[in-house]
Amino acid sequence: MSVSPDALVEIAEDVVAAEPQDSGARPEIGNPRLRKEDRRLITGRTKWTDNIVLPGMLHLAMVRSPHAHAKIVSIDASAAKDAPNVVDVVTAADFPDGMGVCANAWPITPDQVTPDHLPMAVDRVACAGEIVAAVVARSAAEARDAAELVDVEYEELPAVFDAQEAMTDQILAHPDKGTNKCAFWKLDSAEAGTGGNVDEAIAKAREDGIVIEREYRQQRLVPAFMEPRSTVVDPTGEQITMWSATQIPHILRFLIAATTGIPESKVRVIAPDVGGGFGGKLQTTPEEFVTLAVARRLAKPVKYTETRSESLVSAHHGRDQYQKLTLAATKDGAVTGLKVELLANLGAYVAIVGGGVPVLGAWMFNAIYKFPAYQFNCQTVLTNTTWVDAYRGAGRPEATYGIERLMDELAAEVGVDPLVIREKNWITHEEFPFTSVAGMVYDSGNYEVATARAKELFDYDALRAEQKQRRESQDPVQLGIGVSTFTEMCGLAPSRVLGSLSYGAGGWESASIRMLPTGKVEVITGTSPHGQGHETAWSQIVADRLGVPFEDVEVLHGDTQVAYKGLDTYGSRSLVVGGEAIVRAADKVIEKAKGFAAHLLEANADDLEFASGRYTVKGTDQGVGITDVALATFASHNYPEGIEPGIDADATFDPDNFSFPHGTHLCAMEVDTETGETTMRKYVCVDDIGHIINPLIVEGQVHGGLVQGIAQALWEEAVFDDNGTLVTGSFVDYTLPTAADTISFVTENTTSPSTTNTLGTKGVGEAGTIASTPAVVNAIVDALRPLGIHDIRMPCTPERVWKAIQSAGAHDGAATAEVAPHFHDDAPTNADPGTTGEGSPQ
Amino acid sequence: MTRITVTVDGQRFVDDVEPRTLLVSYLRENLGKVGTVVGCDTSNCGACTVHLDGRSVKSCNVLAVQADGHEVTTIEGISTAGGLHPMQQAFHECHALQCGYCTPGMIMQAIDILTDNPDPSEEEIRAGLEGNLCRCTGYHNIVKAVAQCAAAGKGGE
Repeated sequence: MSVSPDALVEIAEDVVAAEPQDSGARPEIGNPRLRKEDRRLITGRTKWTDNIVLPGMLHLAMVRSPHAHAKIVSIDASAAKDAPNVVDVVTAADFPDGMGVCANAWPITPDQVTPDHLPMAVDRVACAGEIVAAVVARSAAEARDAAELVDVEYEELPAVFDAQEAMTDQILAHPDKGTNKCAFWKLDSAEAGTGGNVDEAIAKAREDGIVIEREYRQQRLVPAFMEPRSTVVDPTGEQITMWSATQIPHILRFLIAATTGIPESKVRVIAPDVGGGFGGKLQTTPEEFVTLAVARRLAKPVKYTETRSESLVSAHHGRDQYQKLTLAATKDGAVTGLKVELLANLGAYVAIVGGGVPVLGAWMFNAIYKFPAYQFNCQTVLTNTTWVDAYRGAGRPEATYGIERLMDELAAEVGVDPLVIREKNWITHEEFPFTSVAGMVYDSGNYEVATARAKELFDYDALRAEQKQRRESQDPVQLGIGVSTFTEMCGLAPSRVLGSLSYGAGGWESASIRMLPTGKVEVITGTSPHGQGHETAWSQIVADRLGVPFEDVEVLHGDTQVAYKGLDTYGSRSLVVGGEAIVRAADKVIEKAKGFAAHLLEANADDLEFASGRYTVKGTDQGVGITDVALATFASHNYPEGIEPGIDADATFDPDNFSFPHGTHLCAMEVDTETGETTMRKYVCVDDIGHIINPLIVEGQVHGGLVQGIAQALWEEAVFDDNGTLVTGSFVDYTLPTAADTISFVTENTTSPSTTNTLGTKGVGEAGTIASTPAVVNAIVDALRPLGIHDIRMPCTPERVWKAIQSAGAHDGAATAEVAPHFHDDAPTNADPGTTGEGSPQ
Repeated sequence: MTRITVTVDGQRFVDDVEPRTLLVSYLRENLGKVGTVVGCDTSNCGACTVHLDGRSVKSCNVLAVQADGHEVTTIEGISTAGGLHPMQQAFHECHALQCGYCTPGMIMQAIDILTDNPDPSEEEIRAGLEGNLCRCTGYHNIVKAVAQCAAAGKGGE
């Protein structure tokens, strides 16, 4: 396009009298738009970090500890240095000023025991996979070959792996700390003034009500994003550019500056296309710091890409909790109190938000229910295992699992349908906004409607009838129906709330919108998508707001030089917080352009109204489109006093509250009582996530979340052996579900708009994962309950199911007895995945 | 070093490679065909799936020298001047990808399924995709995309 200044003036003048034109605007919010992101991804033109090739780029391979806990006696790198095309071999000793720190940004108590986590071990390793040296070579293959030649002499130290074992402090994960106990955090409704005294409620229930006591295990999982982590660092002159497969480019940039002393302004972090994260890329990693340090040392671009086996052992894990739960209720099933005692294994180091993840459960164990009394206790411990941090749901799936399993147990005890017990205790739709016993204000919801719809889609009564028939005919394949009525807190987060919890950052999000002279719109977001489709959804929001075509909106993200301000993507926060920031930036753009439009129309700004991309003088057909205003401001030959040329605006939104999506999930599982094999027959979920921007994307988020949650219930577990070696160290042993393991789902939505943002959205990224795990286990237990089984430890593999059935049979049904306690000294550990501990005392 | 002659996405390449070089490394590092990606070290994930003489293989499980004299098609070679391959289009329309990392391999495998069986059942589609892992979609929409492509009768081209 070639336009002379004069022509611009003419255009600007012409538009004033122009007929209203179709600006292309139409309701975009709610439109199942196909994604803008797809084109490059389906044609192989994606920019993954590992695709980046720079002139003279060197490759890094890590030398990692095979031991869980050991002193480093010596490192002999001579053979590696002599290997072909090796440029350098480095150890921590080569960096006397350090390489930065993998910081813990959320110390949950002032006295939290937090071991220093340096990117490269200095004289001791505290978990297998810890980096002890790094080899730099001209190719990745040569670097890996030479890494094998680095001779590290270790002196093994006693190591502790299991959280319960760690509590005894007999073996210390970090001897210099004197204890494995990291922090203790408590919320008590009586002390907080949000409810009654839970111990009194339990004592009363022991006299004349029901007390359900259960111990559940949240096994350790691996986020297992499909794109292995990769980092490229290019130290050009004084500016350092880091590309990294990260969810958090902004936080990474800040923590690089804060822990290395490199001025923040000299660091540019780019998260190009990122292949999944699920919390697993919410970290500042040793690998990023080492790559940065080596690139600076050699003044050359350096790339590090992990192998999958490195990823499984060294990228942070998730979950790993023991839960001891005590639920008090009246004889007819009205819950009077819940006491939660958590023991959370944080691994060898307190990760960026690792200590806080289990604490997020504090506000979720009470779930959708009106519990009069509540107490949450969380003890975190350190062990010589891979560090543990956020994995999809982060604290909320663990809590939801605990309470939704308990509610089924209560229903069984009372002898009513699990949905009946939930309805008896849940918050009714008239009661919103509702202040929970944990002190949270739930914005909106309608559990009744979601549940009614889910039952209808599931054909609940027919499946219950079939279940009855199979029980009566003693069918070897029994049918179980699992219920999960969940809520979660999304939209991390009100900065004030985070501050009160000693979190190291705020929870706001930023957006900038600039209208280009040709009417195209650039949107810069501080969120950092890695599969969520922000480019599409954010375009829809802006297209609606500004009344411009969807195709004319370009969303820019993930580069700190472009999106200079942001807090990135995790915790289902992007739309709820980042989306609202976009709305506010758009409104500022509209307001800013209005002054110009008024000038062009020779009208008073107060007389203008804006709709569908067009300013019109009220009561007339005089008007001008916002894109024409953009062009006129580009020339700016003629503009009013007090107005700056250009139509652009920034906004930062800090929410007042979280949002609370909810949903009802129903799962039918067939359990072969002869083989222990379980087969999913049907899965229905009705999620209420408030207003929906793009139903197609929402559906995809739910599907993916469901399978991750189902995988926890049925297949996945990170297992260490007695030496602290990760047995599930490849995809051969860490069994992600395949297409052949899963079914197609029935998903629908109900809508209770959130009141915490003007879009009325709630967040959907984690819903499926949070809800599905208890739905599946509840279904399996429901199938087997007549045999006297009331728990199967996850993952509910055929072996565990079969063993539970066998031991139930051996005890002639008396296996109802107690679940083998996880809290006693010789409890089954991760090292013994075959021990269910369930069914009956072994 | 061994000299190989390979046709990749319709173009003939002559290169000297180390005998141990994997086909996926050759494609990515020698030819810049970075559309094909690596997801694991154990041939479990299928992210690197390409076609060797028209049949799907995991290119991390094939040596470059084994491709000598053969024809390789990657995700970068299936769209035509006329536009996307029908399977690419189906993945787009069915929202069968999120992060997109597994997508190239998934699409190449999906095409192979329909080459074998132009009218597969859902169960057959799922069985055919078993060697390709996706962590984002829960497979629901991938299965839907393959079925849609099959229904249109043009998936295995």
